[in-house]
Amino acid sequence: MTEMILREAVAKALREALEDDRVFIMGEDIGAYGGAYAVTRGFLDEFGPERIMDTPISESVIVGAGVGSALAGLRPIVELMTINFSLVAIDQIVNHAAKLRYMSDGQFTVPLIIRTVTGGGGQLAATHSQSFENWYASVPGLKVAVPATPYDALGLFRAAMKDENPIMFAEHSLLYGTRGDVPDDWYEIPFGKADIKREGDDVTIVAYSRMTHVALQAASMLEEKGKQAEVVDLRTLRPWDKDAVLRSVQKTNRVVVVEETWRTGGFSGEIASTIQEEAFDDLDGPVARVGGVDVPAPYNGTLEAATIPTAERVIKSLEDNYGI
Amino acid sequence: MESTLDKQRLAEFYRQMLLIRRFEEACGRLYMQGKIRGFLHLYIGEEAIAVGTMAALRPDDYVIGHYRDHGHAIAKGMDPKIAMAELCGKATGSSGGKGGSMHLFDAKKNFMGGHAIVGGQMPIAAGLALASKYRNEDRITVCFFGDGAVNQGEFHETLNLASVWKLPILFLLENNLYGMGTHVDRSRAGGRHIYEAASAYDIPGIQIDGMDVLGVNECVSETVKSIRKDGGPRFIEAMCYRYRGHSMADPTMYRERDEAEELGIKDPIESLKNFMLQFEVMDEGELAGIASKVDEAVTEAVEFAEESPSPDMDAMYTNVYA
Repeated sequence: MTEMILREAVAKALREALEDDRVFIMGEDIGAYGGAYAVTRGFLDEFGPERIMDTPISESVIVGAGVGSALAGLRPIVELMTINFSLVAIDQIVNHAAKLRYMSDGQFTVPLIIRTVTGGGGQLAATHSQSFENWYASVPGLKVAVPATPYDALGLFRAAMKDENPIMFAEHSLLYGTRGDVPDDWYEIPFGKADIKREGDDVTIVAYSRMTHVALQAASMLEEKGKQAEVVDLRTLRPWDKDAVLRSVQKTNRVVVVEETWRTGGFSGEIASTIQEEAFDDLDGPVARVGGVDVPAPYNGTLEAATIPTAERVIKSLEDNYGI
Repeated sequence: MESTLDKQRLAEFYRQMLLIRRFEEACGRLYMQGKIRGFLHLYIGEEAIAVGTMAALRPDDYVIGHYRDHGHAIAKGMDPKIAMAELCGKATGSSGGKGGSMHLFDAKKNFMGGHAIVGGQMPIAAGLALASKYRNEDRITVCFFGDGAVNQGEFHETLNLASVWKLPILFLLENNLYGMGTHVDRSRAGGRHIYEAASAYDIPGIQIDGMDVLGVNECVSETVKSIRKDGGPRFIEAMCYRYRGHSMADPTMYRERDEAEELGIKDPIESLKNFMLQFEVMDEGELAGIASKVDEAVTEAVEFAEESPSPDMDAMYTNVYA
């Protein structure tokens, strides 16, 4: 085991990926600058400008050039500085990357990884604090990873590198410093496999990305009240591990889904709906949802903090829905 | 003149242009019969560009383009039977009936589609060319697009990146004067000399007559040679005329019936035919022989498409992560 932070785990995954000559990385300021979140610091010297390419600020052509080089048999990794900017490239992601394998009936595949940074909490205001993983998770043809720990980030990235489908790999900006143990032996984490981050019999908390940590904090607070919460970290949203969620709900009969994006149209709606369709009789009450407040993220720190789900709000929601 | 009088070459240009013309006419008929559905954009009038361009390329060069793609696909070598079957939504089509008219692909011929979001193919073209450069290969990428695409951000992003990275790519603009029904004069500053915009990105650009297959072939051959030798990108604006509406759904209410005549548009196929007769490259009989072979090929394509089965319902879930 080696302890590392999530930034180091992603950098390790990228270095491993670059052992394959077909792999190169391109994005804005990933080379000379070292990456906006310093993930690729040192890579330019290590791998050279042919494989670590600084691009113009042109998200469409960054993703599109990734799609094209993937069609041509390479395995590009592109970085979009934040998921907010992915909207400038959404035509290439949704209309092209996600479609070409199907529309060519398998004549082509698009093994493209789009790394991007998601989430709020940094007082960057409304245009720089959003979480759109749920949007991408609604698109057939894409896969979406939302790791919460260094272990998960490395394991999922290794699996992503072997995948023939385009993948949105969303790293939360506030998790880059998160510490965790990573095995020295090789392992991979398949997409669509949730992780039970904590076992418990009284209530299920479903979460992903940074909200996994909020869920764990809520679980600790519940323990003080004598309740054992089970925390299910989805790790990927497309595919998402329906079975793991249902198994846990069948055990605990109570569930709250927590996510950072806006409640309206959030992925928690998909999960809640599925639980109610497939485990209705197991429920002691309505499926609870805790999401971001439906406003553009405000700059002011106090206001912003109030828009993002907290452990207290998770607890409150359980009190309201299940009386615990 | 001596080189252009190469009989076989001219005969092949004539055959290919006529094949595309007759193929498109057959598509129009099948559409009226309800056997081709969805959107259908015919390439009639623009055949010289696809044929003149592809003849200047190697088989391993990449070609990518827009939704008016039947001509590009056939000129790059796609079997008309497979193309027609795709248009009819059949299992034997190039995409098993899942792509349709606007999304033809032929991996074996390095025909990379068939892309239906205006301008969307351009960033992908940059990626194809990037892959060639990355591998130190001398294959080039030809990216077709129309005058409608040049007002999209993806056009500008792609030209800039291609120039900064010196990508081996030929931007081939088919300026048929209309983006759907909007004339370039109403949509594009300098819409009849768009090639000049390339200079803003340090890309050499030139305008040619896209209705003249020999001229297209000569210009593209020179340009491709130069890209292989010195790197790219390069930009060619081929002026042309779309005889039919934007799609089969378009009654062309926005332009005068005699516009082509007023513009002095010369049909690319008739022009080549007259040229060959005038210089006695081929006689009427030989030309008629080519025409009847073309008719046979198109008839065969239509029969193949009509007789082919629809895809199994299982095909809905294949070749996608869903």
